[in-house]
Amino acid sequence: MQSQWLPFVPESASTQSAQVDALYFYLSGVTVFFSVLIGGVITFFVIRYRRRSPYEIPRPISGSHALETMWSVVPLIIAMSFFFWGAALYFRQSKPPKDALEVYVVGKQWMWKFQHATGQREINQLHVPVGRKIKLIMTTEDVIHDLFFPTFRIKADIVPGRYTTEWFEATKTGSFHLFCAEYCGMNHSLMGGEVIVMEPTEFNDWLNGNVNQQSAASSGQALYQTLGCASCHGSNGEGGRGPALLGVFNSNVQLSGGQTVHADESYIRESILTPSAKLVNGFGPIMPTFQGVVNEEQVVQLMSYIKSLSSQSSAAPAAPPTQGTNKAPVREQPK
Amino acid sequence: MEEFKVPPPSRVNYLNAEYGLKSWLLTKDHKRIALLYLGSISVFFMLGGVYAMLIRLELLSPHGQLMTSTTYNKVFTQHGIIMVFFFLIPSIPATLGNFLVPMMIGAKDLAFPRINLLSWYIYMLGGIVTIYALLAGGVDTGWTFYVPFSTTFSNSYVVATGLGVFISGFSSILTGLNFIVTIHTMRAPGMTWFRLPLFIWSHYATSLIMILGTPVIAITILLLAFERLAHIGIFDPAAGGDPILFQHLFWFYSHPAVYIMVLPGMGVVSELIANFSRKNVFGYSFVAFSSLAIAVFGFLVWGHHLFVAGQSVYAGMVFSFLSFAVAIPSAVKVFNWSATLYKGSISYATPMLYGLGFIGLFTVGGMTGLFLATLAVDVHLSDTYFVVAHFHYIMVGGTLLAYLGGLHYWWPKITGRMYPEGWGRFSALVVFIGFNLTFLPQFVLGYLGMPRRYHYYPDEYQVLHVLSTAGASILGVGLIIPAIYLLWSMRYGPIASANPWHLPGLEWRTQSPPPTENFEATPIVTWEAYEFAPLDEMEVVGRFTETELDAPA
Repeated sequence: MQSQWLPFVPESASTQSAQVDALYFYLSGVTVFFSVLIGGVITFFVIRYRRRSPYEIPRPISGSHALETMWSVVPLIIAMSFFFWGAALYFRQSKPPKDALEVYVVGKQWMWKFQHATGQREINQLHVPVGRKIKLIMTTEDVIHDLFFPTFRIKADIVPGRYTTEWFEATKTGSFHLFCAEYCGMNHSLMGGEVIVMEPTEFNDWLNGNVNQQSAASSGQALYQTLGCASCHGSNGEGGRGPALLGVFNSNVQLSGGQTVHADESYIRESILTPSAKLVNGFGPIMPTFQGVVNEEQVVQLMSYIKSLSSQSSAAPAAPPTQGTNKAPVREQPK
Repeated sequence: MEEFKVPPPSRVNYLNAEYGLKSWLLTKDHKRIALLYLGSISVFFMLGGVYAMLIRLELLSPHGQLMTSTTYNKVFTQHGIIMVFFFLIPSIPATLGNFLVPMMIGAKDLAFPRINLLSWYIYMLGGIVTIYALLAGGVDTGWTFYVPFSTTFSNSYVVATGLGVFISGFSSILTGLNFIVTIHTMRAPGMTWFRLPLFIWSHYATSLIMILGTPVIAITILLLAFERLAHIGIFDPAAGGDPILFQHLFWFYSHPAVYIMVLPGMGVVSELIANFSRKNVFGYSFVAFSSLAIAVFGFLVWGHHLFVAGQSVYAGMVFSFLSFAVAIPSAVKVFNWSATLYKGSISYATPMLYGLGFIGLFTVGGMTGLFLATLAVDVHLSDTYFVVAHFHYIMVGGTLLAYLGGLHYWWPKITGRMYPEGWGRFSALVVFIGFNLTFLPQFVLGYLGMPRRYHYYPDEYQVLHVLSTAGASILGVGLIIPAIYLLWSMRYGPIASANPWHLPGLEWRTQSPPPTENFEATPIVTWEAYEFAPLDEMEVVGRFTETELDAPA
């Protein structure tokens, strides 16, 4: 797994990793330089000025403002170079690109569940194409987890009750570790697996080999009907006693209190689980809570459906399952 | 070190003034209370050390062969809780600080001797409750107690352990309060603020953090207990709470707590470097004020523990910036200590070896802290072994070395006996080598992606883990040696003179061990801090024979 010629650094397999490594080498260089400098100066002084007679008393030196200023300002300047470089890289990395392939991630003690937008599900393995931006939209069913890809140099905590995201663009095909990096209980150290980066054509083949299942959006559509959402929000999300869902995702929603809220994943999730938290202007608190009725994976499916209502101009739902059978082979291989 | 065959002077000192268990358990003498603390924290340190060795032994193998994952999780949790709350936080302030703060400023005792004794009883009560929790079944949340794992999912003794930590916090608050009042009101005539030894400045800064920060952890633990027992919904998102809020509250105390652990160490090292090179500290006021700057800035950087936790990007940037800012006063100290050595008369006595080791390890610990303050790099390093290595460089390389250095330095004053110098130097060297071998490989492990708190790990990390365990065994030996010879020296060590190192500090101008009231008369200070003078020109407090005074090391 590790490159043979640089045993101090893990393999670099994403667009981010080379940039983090460059900054890391800069930090390491400065650290080694100052450690050696201070160590060298101290060693020199300790030998040069060793006590030669038990009663000697050296001449006192009170200090020097020039030196104090120098060794406050120089480290400050160097520290600021770390700060700006690191902050710029972090800031860029914090904004997921718009054209990314989305994968939903649900963490639970002690496994990772991945669901591709096209419906394929995996456990503890994540297949992605090389050279494509991949955005992970993550939540957890229980405690805090953290999805860490050492070869991509990224990680992000996954927090109950909200969605967090991270994204990467793999630059190398191969199989790399993924870890849970936030302590989550007994089998924390077993909550890991592989990310398998494939050539785009291979990835498509892999996807096609796993098509026998519903896409997330059509599963969501089915849920939408069975849970009775349609009775208020309209059979195709056009609205009724409840607000319309067509085009709602990523729009700005006027709330009854007068504020507006951006309808992102967290808002949609909250509106399903605790509907009265943020009421749309003109609607009363009549929707029951779905807390405990739907699990995180079902929330993700409903969300995919709601998203699909926004990406199309018509009210048509996402493409129905192509060769759907009821017994979709799910690639679940819990360790 | 010259050996003194002169029989011990039959002077009355704090050790022989009274006898019997009751005279110790009901003492109001800050020196005796310091020894009570010394004994009890040593027990906790040994317990924490046993846990550390269990961790290192288990990690020899990637597949874990000694214990189950549940046991492993309890072991590292209990290692952290014992070491942080029951060793590192009280270590220097409660022992050396308790003994020396009054002596260094020329006072008879701390301002509130009864509260001082109470603080030890509270500490012991907290310790006993925590030990009870460990014996009852232990705790597996990590010393950080993150919710919702600790509130809802853990099946271990979270509330009992939390109660132990909660109780022991009050001893910390009382100690801090006592130090602040004492330093303000009980300095001897002539002992102005800028004549104070830097040990006092750093304890003053530490005390500020103790009384301002500790209540926050107390509140946090209380909320945690309410949430776990009654599910009040402070931290649970299903009930409208926020799990990240816990992390903010926890680190609002626990980051400053790092400075509670290391600032007193910095104070000790300022004494060691100055006294064992017989030079006044270079840039005294810069070193003094940098302690206060660290105490103040230390409260503003807690968010750097949350860079990947779901904190806003802009908050992350502010906390990153402030974390770099807090590094500057620490750097200033390192440079000033180094400059103090220039043209000094440098002794190679054991305490100085620990002091020099501290500077080296603290430099590495501080510099690697900058990696973690750098946002994009922290995203990769957060929750890996790099973090583990970094904070052990600060806490073991920093605090523990300073503690050991200070213990050797003041040993003749505390016990009236010298420790064996050869063994002292040897074990200082063993500790330094063992420490580096333990924790240097962990920096590499961390960048390679090895997450912390992992019982099982991929095979490719094994070589570095084996190196680390080898280092830990050496470190263990390096710590057992002083435990043996220090105990031995209490009975068999050569008798120490009043001023064996030939130093100007007030604590060296009275007898060893000091009388209960510290000085025969109230000292009047006419000299600056670290003003070295020939022994026969130095004013002493009390009357001494020549043998009682003489003997430079």
